[in-house]
Amino acid sequence: MNTAATQRRKERIDRGIKVRSDGLYALMSWRELAYLIAPRALLIVGLLALPLVMPGAYWQRVISIVCIYALLALSFDFLAHYVGLVSLGGAFFVGVGGYLSAIFNTHWGWPVLAAIPAATIAGGFVCTVLLLPCLPLRGVYFAIVTLMYPLFLARVIEALNILGGTDGIMGIDSFPSAWVEEYGVLVLLLVSLFAIRRLVNTDLGLVLRAVKDNDQAVKASAMNITHYKALAVFIASAIGCLAGACIVHIYMWAGISVFALDFSVLPIAATVIGGAGTLVGPVIGCLILVPVSELLRDFGTLRIVFYSLILLGFITFRSEGVMVYGQRKYQQFERWTTI
Amino acid sequence: MDILIYGTINSVALALYALGFALVYGISRLPNFAHGALYVLSGFIAWSARNTFGLNYPLSILAAMAVTALIGAAIYRLFLIRVRGMEISEIIASYAVALAILEGLRWGGFKGMTYTLPAFISGSTTIAGISVDYQRIVVVAIGAVLVALLWLFTHYTRIGLALRGMAQDERAALMLGIDSDVMAVVAMALGSMLAAFAAVLLLPLGNIVVESGYNVLILAIAVCIVGGLGSWMGAVLAAFIIGFAQILTVVYVGSHFQMVVALLAIILTLILKPSGLFGQQKELEERV
Repeated sequence: MNTAATQRRKERIDRGIKVRSDGLYALMSWRELAYLIAPRALLIVGLLALPLVMPGAYWQRVISIVCIYALLALSFDFLAHYVGLVSLGGAFFVGVGGYLSAIFNTHWGWPVLAAIPAATIAGGFVCTVLLLPCLPLRGVYFAIVTLMYPLFLARVIEALNILGGTDGIMGIDSFPSAWVEEYGVLVLLLVSLFAIRRLVNTDLGLVLRAVKDNDQAVKASAMNITHYKALAVFIASAIGCLAGACIVHIYMWAGISVFALDFSVLPIAATVIGGAGTLVGPVIGCLILVPVSELLRDFGTLRIVFYSLILLGFITFRSEGVMVYGQRKYQQFERWTTI
Repeated sequence: MDILIYGTINSVALALYALGFALVYGISRLPNFAHGALYVLSGFIAWSARNTFGLNYPLSILAAMAVTALIGAAIYRLFLIRVRGMEISEIIASYAVALAILEGLRWGGFKGMTYTLPAFISGSTTIAGISVDYQRIVVVAIGAVLVALLWLFTHYTRIGLALRGMAQDERAALMLGIDSDVMAVVAMALGSMLAAFAAVLLLPLGNIVVESGYNVLILAIAVCIVGGLGSWMGAVLAAFIIGFAQILTVVYVGSHFQMVVALLAIILTLILKPSGLFGQQKELEERV
């Protein structure tokens, strides 16, 4: 008997029901349909039920903030893991969308429900045009330049004393009612989530992922990668601007703090915790992180310490994230085999 | 004339901010976003060594530098080594460290005007009709000496040569028996010590405030990007370019624009020539 005989290893095998429900034949059985629909339905129904089960207006407001951050995290995840552009400038999108919506609302007198969509589209254009010169940059260079954009705009507004300067723009209308606010952002989040999930599986999404994996090959196939990157940045920044426009109307104030680092860092932390590249993961990450950070509000800046430590722990020790782990448990089982 | 004098002082200060960042990036390709945090942290360590533990001033400076070097090495050994080579994770992880340190200091009550370090030599003199404190002259002199010492260190000592070998070609260095992980720890400790050195030199000119951590980081990045990431002499030259540009804008436009200049320099350099003024051109690595 040698000692190597008792060595074991863990193997992972797809569950039978997962394999059966992969193809079109899932439609043949209710069980397999339920297996497919259950997680998605859980997410949709769970999110839609959240405002109803929350005690009091304060926690309902927290749910809206969760959705705002989830939109940002979604835009970060899409841009970083499906196009290969790591943008550390979530605050840039929020700031542009927020200020635009504030201007539409206060200076031009547009109602809230018109100002938000207008700011989304216009903000998408503004961000794309401003980022256009940076699109050829790769990796760390693009990350640094996007990190600098919101800081730059904030300093310019401060130095030139335009757009209300350090006081910001006040007197912005709020949403017509609290229910419109909550369900508005919730439905927008769900629509964006499933739209992006669908988008990355279309032909366009295929090209975008190819740009991420090997841009030279895409270029060699006679496709203009700058064109595709610009399109992706437009989509992502429009989602970010939408979040910014919503948050300005929730707080009824737009100031330099919309360019704050919170909007850049928290969505990234949520993406890392939730599971990078899953699109749903960032939303779940926000659902965990934002309420925790609200609970710690009494401790002041300690909450930033707290979530940066969570971020550090996850990125160095558990970089797969909650969602990837959950997906694996749902679709596969593990067992020990002897070798 | 005052533009010339204060421009030089500002440029040397910028070079001191940036040297540690440039060193770490040059050797292990690690964008150390915790640089500004280490700068502020070492200021507070020096302050508490002096005021809480009652050490004398030179000793507390040495203590601050040693402790900061150890902290830098620990950050690398515990966290950053695990994400080595994944650029974006490196940025996010080191930035998370920076946030934790800076906001932790803020939470710990280190804010307000009460935290100052005394100048090495107090008083001032007049050069060509402009009054300049002795501390600023000390900064310029020590800054020049430091650059010279660094050059000697990297050209004539075994560790310095090993570090340069790593910077030039990590694989070849590995084959020649240079342990790249050990060298990266050394580089990080050295970079942190340079940050601490800059802190104890420059902080006597003002208060120790947490916010300066973010500004130092931005200025260090600005200098390194304009000079070319990984090029040390480029960083020194870029410090002079940005330093004089900042003083000129303060004199002719307004002091609000000092940070705008640095940020604009970063954005313009990255758009026009990402490898910076003196970096080696690596066209395919940085843009398509």
